[in-house]
Amino acid sequence: MRIALVPRPEPSRLAGALSPLVAVVATLLIGFALFTALGKDPWQAFHVFFVKPVDSRYGVGELLQKAAPLMLCAIGLAAGYRANVWNIGAEGQLTMGAIAGGGVALAFHDSASPLLLPAMVVAGAAGGMAWAAIPAFLRTRFNANEILVSLMLVYIATFTLSLLVHGPWRDPEGFNFPQSKMFEPVALLPNLLPETRLNVGFLVALAAVAAGWVFMSKSLVGFQMRVAGLAPAAANYAGISARRTIWLGMLIGGACAGIAGIGEAAGPVGQLLPSISPGYGFAAIIVAFVGRLHPLGILLASLLMSLLYLGGESAQMGLALPSAVTGLFQGTLLFFLLAADVFINYRLRIARAPARGK
Amino acid sequence: MDVFAEVLLLTLAAGTPLVYAALGELVTEKSGVLNLGVEGMMLVGAVTAFAVASQSGNPWLGVAAGIGAGAALSLVFGVLTLSLMANQVATGLALSLFGVGLSAFMGLEYVSVVIEGIKPLAVEALAGSPALGKLLLGHNPLVYLSLVLFAAIQWFLYRTRAGLVLRAIGESPQSAHAIGYPVVRIRYLAVVFGGACSGLAGAYLAVAYTPLWVEGMTAGRGWIALALVVFATWRPWRVLAGAYLFGGVTLATFQAQAGGVAVPSQLLSMLPYLATIVVLAVISRDATTIRLNAPASLGRPFHAEG
Repeated sequence: MRIALVPRPEPSRLAGALSPLVAVVATLLIGFALFTALGKDPWQAFHVFFVKPVDSRYGVGELLQKAAPLMLCAIGLAAGYRANVWNIGAEGQLTMGAIAGGGVALAFHDSASPLLLPAMVVAGAAGGMAWAAIPAFLRTRFNANEILVSLMLVYIATFTLSLLVHGPWRDPEGFNFPQSKMFEPVALLPNLLPETRLNVGFLVALAAVAAGWVFMSKSLVGFQMRVAGLAPAAANYAGISARRTIWLGMLIGGACAGIAGIGEAAGPVGQLLPSISPGYGFAAIIVAFVGRLHPLGILLASLLMSLLYLGGESAQMGLALPSAVTGLFQGTLLFFLLAADVFINYRLRIARAPARGK
Repeated sequence: MDVFAEVLLLTLAAGTPLVYAALGELVTEKSGVLNLGVEGMMLVGAVTAFAVASQSGNPWLGVAAGIGAGAALSLVFGVLTLSLMANQVATGLALSLFGVGLSAFMGLEYVSVVIEGIKPLAVEALAGSPALGKLLLGHNPLVYLSLVLFAAIQWFLYRTRAGLVLRAIGESPQSAHAIGYPVVRIRYLAVVFGGACSGLAGAYLAVAYTPLWVEGMTAGRGWIALALVVFATWRPWRVLAGAYLFGGVTLATFQAQAGGVAVPSQLLSMLPYLATIVVLAVISRDATTIRLNAPASLGRPFHAEG
């Protein structure tokens, strides 16, 4: 008996829709095996990991609150990925957004103006865009690989933030801790749901996902970017500017990540710290893929990924498991998704007789 | 002269992980496969090497385990991209993210563990010897091994028939397949070789260079190695030169920090990443050179019909 992969005449939509589910189930099975191997009761572990974090009002608030930056970053990345623009530096753009927006908050620390918060968000978006503009410029002007440049910029952004909170932006009354002053209430995102930490950032993220849907599915530019991703030669022939596609793909990703960054600083964190995100920018890459680069998929995938973050924290407290298990699950999920995706373009053919040739 | 020898010695030591990782990736890319998972494989190689070295007390056993771990991870990448035709960029990213998570998970018990690492050759015997002797004989055994690896790869790629086949597959897998070469099998070998080298690079960091395990200890070296392959326009000797150049930059930042230069340490720490971006832009500026030197099928999946 021989199993072979045969190309499908056209991609299967069913396989495309099912593969995230297959990947989730396979990841859960791996989790089951892992918990058992670590000597934990797997059912109890699952409870601690996936149910306990969200069995309260506060927990649901946390779930949505953590999903917001993931959603924002992922929708921005998806716009680029669809056009074959590989921005993997959302983490750095997020950090720059926090720096730019947080800088506004600190510069106008005594201001009580209602315009302060909008100004911070605009500055955050601008900071993320500026950071994303570097790989876009180097790619369009010098042909430099945007994957590597955007990734290198993550390190530089992190060091910049560290430099600022250790130096000029350090709170003079902060007992020498590397942290900025706490933002004033007027510079914090208003709460959305009492007794939780959920803030209006979640609504902003939802709006971004909706805007992303309109842009990608309904606008001409979005269509052109998709063509550029699917068939670069055809796009070129049709007069779609590759340069503009790269710029747009990077800038949209940068703006979304930057807003996510200031959303963290002006949201759950409330100040600037040396590390502003637990890897949301990288996890968003997984969210974008698991969500099939589609807004609705991204919405669901960001909730799942947020649950993985919460589960990791809960497992650390409830099961004495390291929270690094979150990263492990995130990677496993993406692996299974990529493996299951083979059935979008290929189908299995099982031949009974040994085939001749190879 | 003594100072000069010392600097050269340290530069080689700092550049060696990049030599291993970039040479391995070079071979993988020559076969037409782009594996962006170097950082992840290095980290898992590092933590595995450290764990085995600490459990067994034998750092060499750790190195072997690190190589095995890198190879095993790259095999996962191979199955996904070569057998299941997954997108190489996405799979490589997945491998890096997975490696970061897996290594952090595996390494928790080893965070402040001290081990006896692999030491440079006969340091005591050479103390007070002429600088030249030190320069020739004072390195870590793994540094010498990296030079042997370099020579072997250079010879393999450009002086052997198998190397020619590998390069042919990277240029045109369809033609190579038509002639009858097993494209997928050879790509598997190239991918696993790259993974083993990345694992070795991580092992060197964890059991020879530092020797320590720290979460995320590769600090982007895997990505710099990927950039190095582009800088080197896919030529082994340029990889070597580039790796030592970056070793030198890293070393200079350490020295400046230790020497109390009046510049914030974060600015110095940015230097290697900044240098990578600048060099990448300068080298890539000539799009024709890149296109002519890059393996023509790089990153494209290959599916033999039939």
